[in-house]
Amino acid sequence: MTRRAYDIVIIGSGAGGGTVAQELSPLCQQGVRIAVLEKGPKLRNEEFTGRELEMAQALYEDGGAFLTAERTMTLAFGSTYGGSTAVYTGTSLLPPERILKRWNVPGLTLVDLEPRARKYMAENNVHFLEAQHINENNRLFVEGCRRLNYRVQQFPVNLKGCRGSGLCNLGCPNQAKQGTNRVQLPQAERNGVEVITRCEVLRISERALSVRVSPKPPAAKGEPSAWEPGECYVEAKVIVVCGGAVNTPALLLRSGLGRRLPRLGQGFTCHPAFIMVAEHPRPISNFVGHPKSFYLDEFAESERFVLETCMYFPFTTAKAIAGFGQEHSRWMAAFPRLQMILVLACDEADAYNRVTIDGHGRPVIHYRFTPDVIRGLGAGAARSAKIFFAAGAVRAHMPLGRPTTIESRDAGRVDRIAQRGEFKPGKVPVSAAHLQGGCAMGSGSEDSVTDSYGRVHGIPWLFVADSSLFPNSLQINPYLTIMALADRAAEAIREQAHTLL
Amino acid sequence: MTIPAPLRAVFHALVYTIVPGALNLSGPDWEGLDQLVDGTLCARPPSQRRQLRLLLRLIQWLPVLRYGRSFTSLSPDKRAAFLSYLEDHRVQLIRCGFFAVRTLALLGYYGRPEAGREIGYAPDARGWEALG
Repeated sequence: MTRRAYDIVIIGSGAGGGTVAQELSPLCQQGVRIAVLEKGPKLRNEEFTGRELEMAQALYEDGGAFLTAERTMTLAFGSTYGGSTAVYTGTSLLPPERILKRWNVPGLTLVDLEPRARKYMAENNVHFLEAQHINENNRLFVEGCRRLNYRVQQFPVNLKGCRGSGLCNLGCPNQAKQGTNRVQLPQAERNGVEVITRCEVLRISERALSVRVSPKPPAAKGEPSAWEPGECYVEAKVIVVCGGAVNTPALLLRSGLGRRLPRLGQGFTCHPAFIMVAEHPRPISNFVGHPKSFYLDEFAESERFVLETCMYFPFTTAKAIAGFGQEHSRWMAAFPRLQMILVLACDEADAYNRVTIDGHGRPVIHYRFTPDVIRGLGAGAARSAKIFFAAGAVRAHMPLGRPTTIESRDAGRVDRIAQRGEFKPGKVPVSAAHLQGGCAMGSGSEDSVTDSYGRVHGIPWLFVADSSLFPNSLQINPYLTIMALADRAAEAIREQAHTLL
Repeated sequence: MTIPAPLRAVFHALVYTIVPGALNLSGPDWEGLDQLVDGTLCARPPSQRRQLRLLLRLIQWLPVLRYGRSFTSLSPDKRAAFLSYLEDHRVQLIRCGFFAVRTLALLGYYGRPEAGREIGYAPDARGWEALG
């Protein structure tokens, strides 16, 4: 088995790993050896084709359809150079103070986090998209909300040179989205950090890792790994785990840390979501232009949901529309006239919802929909239907309604139709992309996995820097908060470099 | 081939029922659809492929208890009624099983670029510029 040695190894290259890599990269000038190990491939610019299945297979874990143990929800997360920042829509929100207060992590305050988040907002060109670049799918959402006196807000987004391909979730073909794949990782590499793709970490042991490098499959996208395929033993004085809320807890569990960290894997949340669609009497610009420019969070506390504009691709849309047969096909045939809204439930950490591993050490996500989540999805669906009709839609599709299609003449009965419907897990198409928790921050190993700097309790050389640190749901799009937390972890490592390295 | 030949007919009958437009597909269209489905299944663990084969067998033979005929021998209306029964079944595992085959049928049909064009989906990396 090949043996290698580094001072710092970072596992994962998404919002957490990319940030830590950049922030620690100046140490390379002092001779510190740093490697980022990324399980997914690095694609060449010309390989971002925007073709739905091809890109989903190349950029997402399990093609974007990682199933929960109950098989009632799919989880979408990136597995590529840049992690999920390569496939999100670039929405960039600051962590809400009310949530940080509720998390109640000693030493973690908005005063500390906000300047860090703002640093990355500046670095990633976060701004409001200009009015002329907002498509009708988004404008109709704003119109509907305003007619109903809802407090609709615009997403700040991290775009530079956006041409409006509408393909954000399949990896921007124009390299306009400023994820870690475009900003932090290239900077880290220029400073001397090595990024090794197709490299999966099997286990962590005392200041070392066992990894497996995969060969590039025939006809697959992406560059081959910089390392020879096969298993490898890597020594590291500091290890920073940034594999995300599914893979980070799973890696620590299969490394045997579950016994000393009883909270490991607990507290998984994910903003379970479904897509609402509505048909307008005329074609609207929907698949051209940035897909996710506005949101509505005024009901996050009172009704437990957030609404976001969205626009998906044919297969994803077909999967999201409930039912089958002629009625389903009628909806699909209306594609150029469709408006879409994503309903996200604000879930809370629940004792059942957690990450474990199977007999092969692979991650298993256990998730059940609590009554609060079901109520949140139902309320969000009803509000969405009202927004559609206020914006002029002729009919709306409500996956959990009975019936699922609501004509505009029944707009006044939306609440009743939503209430009459029954949420049957496995029937309603639910998916999630805001995966959080499993390595919660806190004060000690009895209530958490790490301290507020992501340092694993009792293991000074092991850090976590990703969304698995969240003690509970963030209730907003998480990437800026992840970057701010990763910045804290990098700061702690730099400050202790003299003892750790 | 991840779906063996005898079950391929069951899967195609499912696709017809889930997306009636599939009746108009040509031989090469079906080849394209099957390739997409096979490609997706190949990337899945062997256990999931085994479960799919079991599911297809159940879908083929369970209607015998209800209608006295296998799924592929049923009329289109009865096929749809049987799938609705599975979709709304009181047992979660059965609902999830149906959701899985439904997803696969939709993937095969709408994953084809031709299906996108038919419904008016015409993405272009040039975005707004391509609209003229």
